[in-house]
Amino acid sequence: MNRREALKSLSALIATGAVAASARASEMQGYPSNLAVADEFLPRPAMDGGKMHVLTDETALKTVTAVFDRLIPADDLGPSASEAGCIVFLDSQLADRFGQGAQLYREGPKLPGADELTQAPQFIATPRERYETGLKALEAYAQQTDGAAFADLQPDRQDEILQGMEEGSISLADDINTKAFFELMLQNVREGYFSDPIYGGNKDMVGWKLIGFPGARYDYRLYADRVGQKLDLESISLIPLD
Amino acid sequence: MTTNSKADVIVVGLGWAGSLMAEELTRAGLNVVAIDRGPWIDTSTHTPPAVDPDELRWGIRKELFSPPKDNTLTFRNTLDQTAVPQRDFGIFELGGGVGGAGFHWAGMAWRFNPYDFEIRSKTIERYGIDRAEDGELQLQDWGITYDELEPFYDRWERIAGISGKAGNLNGEKIEGGNVLEGPRSRDYPTPPLKTLRSMEVFNEATERMGYHPFTIPVANISQAYVNPLGVSMGACSYCGFCLGFGCGNFSKSSPQACIFPALMRRSNFRLLTESCVTRVNKAPDGQTVTGVTYVDAHGKEHVQEGDIVCITAFQIDSTRLMLLSGIGQPYDPRDQSGVVGRNFSFQTVSGVDMWIEGEQMNPFIGAGGLGSQIDDFNADNFDHSDLDFLHGAGMLTLARDGMPISKANKLPQGSPRWGSGFKQAYKDHYQTYTTIFNQGSSMPIKHGYLDLDPNYKDKFGQPLLRLTYDYSQSDRNMAKFTMDRSIEIAKEMGAQHITPFNFADKPFTTSIIASDHVIGGTPMGADPRTSVVNPYLQSWDCHNLFICSASVFPMNSGYNPTETVGALAIRTAQAIHQQYIQNPGALVKV
Ligand SMILES: Cc1cc2nc3c(=O)[nH]c(=O)nc-3n(C[C@H](O)[C@H](O)[C@H](O)COP(=O)(O)OP(=O)(O)OC[C@H]3O[C@@H](n4cnc5c(N)ncnc54)[C@H](O)[C@@H]3O)c2cc1C
Ligand code: SF4
Repeated sequence: MNRREALKSLSALIATGAVAASARASEMQGYPSNLAVADEFLPRPAMDGGKMHVLTDETALKTVTAVFDRLIPADDLGPSASEAGCIVFLDSQLADRFGQGAQLYREGPKLPGADELTQAPQFIATPRERYETGLKALEAYAQQTDGAAFADLQPDRQDEILQGMEEGSISLADDINTKAFFELMLQNVREGYFSDPIYGGNKDMVGWKLIGFPGARYDYRLYADRVGQKLDLESISLIPLD
Repeated sequence: MTTNSKADVIVVGLGWAGSLMAEELTRAGLNVVAIDRGPWIDTSTHTPPAVDPDELRWGIRKELFSPPKDNTLTFRNTLDQTAVPQRDFGIFELGGGVGGAGFHWAGMAWRFNPYDFEIRSKTIERYGIDRAEDGELQLQDWGITYDELEPFYDRWERIAGISGKAGNLNGEKIEGGNVLEGPRSRDYPTPPLKTLRSMEVFNEATERMGYHPFTIPVANISQAYVNPLGVSMGACSYCGFCLGFGCGNFSKSSPQACIFPALMRRSNFRLLTESCVTRVNKAPDGQTVTGVTYVDAHGKEHVQEGDIVCITAFQIDSTRLMLLSGIGQPYDPRDQSGVVGRNFSFQTVSGVDMWIEGEQMNPFIGAGGLGSQIDDFNADNFDHSDLDFLHGAGMLTLARDGMPISKANKLPQGSPRWGSGFKQAYKDHYQTYTTIFNQGSSMPIKHGYLDLDPNYKDKFGQPLLRLTYDYSQSDRNMAKFTMDRSIEIAKEMGAQHITPFNFADKPFTTSIIASDHVIGGTPMGADPRTSVVNPYLQSWDCHNLFICSASVFPMNSGYNPTETVGALAIRTAQAIHQQYIQNPGALVKV
């Protein structure tokens, strides 16, 4: 088994709960002698296989692909978001803890005026739920204003709608914070394009090569004295190519 | 409910404060049990170099932190508002495992300025009573001076292996160090890190302007080192996966890297992990405490009895435990009566983002705390007679990281945020970006306090903590003043694009991360009417209860807090085994 397979099969085990729930000792005396890397600290790589786990609705998938490819289009500087794997990235993030809102405090109620007070909107809905309602509403908006699917609109028109969402001049539906939904998609597409390829996006490290980020390196002592110089370091990722 | 065998000392929370106290107390021969709500995490088993350099997981998803789901609070600006919960990560980036936030911190290692500890007396002495009592501020001295704390600062720097250069050795000013720092008895144990490009540009500009730049002392240590506990550390590799991350090299000082290898091997030390303390139990007469109640990972409740209890659970949890346990009178902002929850303060931050065309910053080479700073506008290092504020800010530039997801937000004003224009702008500016961050002080105010929320509860059904706070006018004026100075410096640095920022020109919020440094709630002091603990961090109400975390600071300085927490922890632990054990009772009589 190579390194990638080892990581993948381990994370599958964890996902199915085949590793004993928790044999973690809660009372400790002495320094632990088992120095193996803890299972739950291994990365959880993107699930491959070419099939979507959360973005299973065909229209929603097309809509979000169209949005992502306007946010990061294909051009002279490199591939588009979806070409770089950002949809696979998003799907696997939405299937994972992030999509489940596993870290959020979700006790109600959400009081009126809460978002003004915090100055940054906060949600009881999970990111997965927000994508589901948001993409549906975006599609309905396109059908209503243009009589066509968002994915089938001209790029200029798609940009116009996205810009309206960004500025807050377009509201997709009363119960959707359109501006915040735009920001969620923008954040996630950037994450896909610039995170380690192990998570499904940033294929061939295109995002890192675009800006010159050397990736998952851990020692720059050799270069630290070359202050202000162009280093042209090759990017490397957490997982070697097969 | 089960009851464990009694301990001499119970330590609630094994972060920097808890592990320093446990180390000192076990070495003195006491039986110590530490209880931490997080799981065991360590360098080689959890954040080795094969796992650590992963921005998405640690920097963006913040998987090392304790999630808001488990630990959050509610917040409002003013008394007439209803507080709302902080649902997503905000300014509370608490530690998720043992070691607390000390495992994923950045590592700037500061002593506070002598002015801080006597802020009320010294302000009155230099500027008169009207400046100290402007109707809004609630200034109070700490009940301890810089000189009294100096030996303990020194001890902490030795344990942590801090890299830096002295600027004031016993009163003698030394060029290249921070000449505006308080006098220190000896130099740092390891030399400063290298000067990287952003620092070089900052140093040259500020020197031309007549200021006194120096390399920030850090817990990202510059060379191999063995500390006084016999624990060895490795040299920082400038990996840049530091703030929010563990360290795979044993080079970021933390409870794990500096203390656990010694502490865990002591037979008189026991650690309970994944066990959350829900209250400190009072004796029937209310004069002492008997131990703590905690809930284990399976939801089972236990009692741990002990002769002494030390609350070392980070600022918010230390304060909350006092309120949940009903020890000490809660503070009432309407008439400033009571004490528990008072003097909440934060960090008042402003600065500039800037882009210097043609520069090659190589931002990915960096370390969590690395940067250059000037203290010319910090503390009382400059004359405030004609200014409309007190104190100031450490003004610093960073050589911390070049993380590609988060840096995508750092583009000059007017740059497209998406589309081909974004790709081009990011490509053009990734190498040219740098910043000046004014880490400003925060003065306590009458209406800034912590109490229990009447509406929202945690997973155990206990009320969340509620924070009521907004910046004082003095702090707002300070942030504006230092922002203006940072614009001048950015121009001198040659920046073509400058975007000033000032978190204090809007109301305070817990959602937008200006800083992680939350302060106060159980302030220390010499007067029980305005403090929760005495200068030995001993509860005025129950003499066998001690609290050590930034909750005991009566205000915040223009620096990060951890070294001061660490120095106070060592001092308190020594007072316990050198004085208190021999003669249990109040260490300070009033
Ligand atoms: C991202 C980040 C960067 C930082 N950078 C710097 C810096 O550069 N310089 C600096 O000086 N400071 C920095 N800090 C602040 C620094 O991390 C804290 O000041 C320091 O960790 C405080 O130590 P502590 O022991 O008081 O608390 P912690 O380190 O938070 O430890 C508290 C422990 O108590 C446990 N606990 C809490 N409540 C309970 C309970 N009820 N029952 C059982 N256990 C409990 C927690 O699990 C934790 O292990 C940074 C913080 C963050 C989040
Ligand atoms: S920058 Fe240095 S101290 Fe920080 S994680 Fe990397 S090697 Fe460790």
